[in-house]
Amino acid sequence: MLCERCQERPASVHVTRIINGEKTELYLCQECARELQPQLNFSIPQFLAGLLDYDPELEVKAPPAVERCPECGLTYEQFHETGRLGCPECYHHLAPRLDPLIRRIQGSSQHRGKVPRRAGGNLRLRREIENLRARLQQLVQQEEFEKAAQVRDRIRDLEGRLEKGESSQ
Amino acid sequence: MSLNLERNSKWMEGSGPQADIVISSRIRLARNLKGLPFPNLMNSDQQARVVSQVSRAIQAPMVFQAVGELKLQPLRELAPVERQILVEKHLISPDLAAGGGEKAVVLRDDEAVSIMVNEEDHLRLQCLLPAMMLHEAWRLADAADDALENELDFAFDQERGYLTACPTNVGTGLRASTMLHLPALVLTRQAGPVLSALTKVGVAVRGLYGEGTEAQGNIFQVSNQITLGRSEEEIINNLSAVTVRLADQEREARELLRRQSRWQLEDRVGRAYGVLTNARILSSQEALQLLSDVRLGVEMKIIRGLDQRLLNQLMVRIQPAFLQFSAGKEMTPMERDVHRAAMVRELLAG
Repeated sequence: MLCERCQERPASVHVTRIINGEKTELYLCQECARELQPQLNFSIPQFLAGLLDYDPELEVKAPPAVERCPECGLTYEQFHETGRLGCPECYHHLAPRLDPLIRRIQGSSQHRGKVPRRAGGNLRLRREIENLRARLQQLVQQEEFEKAAQVRDRIRDLEGRLEKGESSQ
Repeated sequence: MSLNLERNSKWMEGSGPQADIVISSRIRLARNLKGLPFPNLMNSDQQARVVSQVSRAIQAPMVFQAVGELKLQPLRELAPVERQILVEKHLISPDLAAGGGEKAVVLRDDEAVSIMVNEEDHLRLQCLLPAMMLHEAWRLADAADDALENELDFAFDQERGYLTACPTNVGTGLRASTMLHLPALVLTRQAGPVLSALTKVGVAVRGLYGEGTEAQGNIFQVSNQITLGRSEEEIINNLSAVTVRLADQEREARELLRRQSRWQLEDRVGRAYGVLTNARILSSQEALQLLSDVRLGVEMKIIRGLDQRLLNQLMVRIQPAFLQFSAGKEMTPMERDVHRAAMVRELLAG
């Protein structure tokens, strides 16, 4: 069988295309198949941004009201094109559309890492208390009661500081 | 600042744990300043403000105490060939080297600590050490980050962590990576399946110069993919485990080669050394492949008396920009290949 496009070379590729629900079938040679293939211009950020188009959560919910970050003016569409946000505030203002994407690429939406001293506020204290509680449990299991008592006192001390800090805010 | 481009970086030292396979370990932290757009939306005034804030911050006594003296170099003061050398030494990205605008690089004298200013994020702090020293690199980066944070207001959110221009870096902003020499996995055709399995445990594999580049000279870069929802220690422990496992796998493949095809292996190594010490024309690609064979010979003690440090230096010195810079002139590709061959002969002859 000859290629349906050039009618010269033998057909070796079977292409099925579905456009607007209409199915067409073509038998092509290698060269024509390659030419007809849409050019892939692959960029990772664009690819990631593109994932949003297929988010089932968004298909159900109405699109959010704020589509533009009031701080830097970036529109959601601009982010979609470049995969880059405009400013730190974008994370807040574009959150309804951004958060599902973040969950998808990161598998989580809750930071569990380092907390800066200045910007971190009492999160740093809370994180330290969490870590100490885990340590306390470990020590109790290992029957290291003296060390456990020290850790317990440290937790109480930090909790006290946390309470004071929170009531003064 | 007098930028000594020809000096050797700390990462080229070629000694340390697992140095027979792991060439270097890198930690990168993405940080942005509060109240400013990210670099892609900044005007040149804002870019200059970031550069001057960073310039002031690195002079703070606390920063000096944490990591020693850092010097800032505006990129526009460097010729294209000089910027390219920084890329070839893995100190800056091709993106930072390419674009205009107010950009800068901050370097410590031994180049183990560097900061890209106004790349994709305002700051990209990097610590680059030889061999398998990810934890050491993290401790250094963490200390530098703490000290810088004392001077600069980083954009941070309690839920999402450090805020970055691309959501693929949000959270810890941490990218940990190791550079490995895996010739035996390639020769035994195990590299493909082994490396593609890594993506299932959240590890990305790339070529020598990062995203989208090929693995030239059998050198692969592995790095964490996820930056949010895990602590820095978890991310680094995971990547360390993967790196050590990969190195073990490579060692097994090397032993297999030694047992099953000893003469072919020794012949390949010997021929590569022969070509490198005698060729009159060498393309960078051919040189990288031959250097990989010779490196394998050194690592498997088939060749003795050759230093891994020298092989690391050669890997950088055979690159086009470095070559032209050391020759002090622009060269045609043929002139470069001739100059490269001469330089390799000279350095290998000691």
